[in-house]
Amino acid sequence: MPLVYAGVCSHAPGITGRAERADPEVRDAFYAAYDAMRMRMEATEPDALVVIAAEHFANFFMNNMPAFAMGMAGYYEGPIEDPEWLRIDRFRAPGNPELSQRLIEAIMRTCDVAYAEEWRLDHGIAVPLHFLTPRFDVPIIPANINCQGPPLTPLSRAWAFGEALRRAADGVTERIAVIGTGGISHWPATPDSGRINEAWDRDFLDRWCAGDRERLCAYGDTDTYLDAGQGGFEIRTYIAAAAAGAGRGTVHFYAPIPIFAVGCTVADIEIS
Amino acid sequence: MSLYNVQKFLYELNRDERVQQAYRTDPQQAIARYDLDEEERGALLEPDIGLLYHIGVNGQILMHFAAFCGIEWSDYLQRMRDGVERHGPVRAGVYALAGYEGVEAHSRRLGHVSGGNPG
Repeated sequence: MPLVYAGVCSHAPGITGRAERADPEVRDAFYAAYDAMRMRMEATEPDALVVIAAEHFANFFMNNMPAFAMGMAGYYEGPIEDPEWLRIDRFRAPGNPELSQRLIEAIMRTCDVAYAEEWRLDHGIAVPLHFLTPRFDVPIIPANINCQGPPLTPLSRAWAFGEALRRAADGVTERIAVIGTGGISHWPATPDSGRINEAWDRDFLDRWCAGDRERLCAYGDTDTYLDAGQGGFEIRTYIAAAAAGAGRGTVHFYAPIPIFAVGCTVADIEIS
Repeated sequence: MSLYNVQKFLYELNRDERVQQAYRTDPQQAIARYDLDEEERGALLEPDIGLLYHIGVNGQILMHFAAFCGIEWSDYLQRMRDGVERHGPVRAGVYALAGYEGVEAHSRRLGHVSGGNPG
């Protein structure tokens, strides 16, 4: 069954954890965009949702950092953060280890991916699930790209991972949805938190909507760090999702919300 | 100097309630098995968020430690700013990749950004 849905969205912890400190009008429009994304995704009746994330040292550390990893567990618990801090109650999201294994086996033919039968979800996945599968009734398969601990996964490999994921999803009988979650420019959890380079974000989204592999993979990490912060490294998740969808992107919502520390984004990719 | 070991301790603290309980009960004992120098031990025991940031601890690790210590978000950001003011630029880790310019220098260089509104 061909991939049924592909999209991207933000995942910053402030989106839920500091909700009351944002401009209510912009915040509520952003939440409404998440909800519309949920409905578009639900309309495709996915059997499983692959979440391509940029996890933040919840499972993977510099003692053994995979460039790519995918979950192969029966369930996933989160959030790893204090629920009161993140304002998301502890939850258990269902998995599907047998489906994970088939997808991982297919991806491994072209892309080296680590697998994990144990995976605890941090805000990078918990925040999107809070909006997109609030009843935790869709099996999820977490995937991770190293966006945090240099040396980082090259952008061209993130694209290749997305292509491999697409081939794998197309090759199973289940209906697979994919989302990428991450920044665009942001300086999370640093003294520069709240800084958002809107011009950089909009240029990136132009490249992303065009599905322009060459221009998406043209960023150097040093320039990204200077122009878009270390949170900008998370464009890898958007790039992988673009490669998986392979069609044109549509940005349904973009607005810098400084107290959320990110240019808040909701977008879909046409399945092509 | 062992940024790796500082971050390893905080990584384990952030994800393991047993380590959190051990740190609450006897912080010196909780960090004893990590190969740390005096400055690092002091920063973890104080806790000195500004010094930990200056040492190079990744904010994705540090923010959870700050929350665990009951430090409110805006206060957390200010402590890092104070740390850079007091100790100088971040000296290792991901923020030292391209040199840390500091908030004000960064604002000047990225004149087109939507603002450095403390998030």
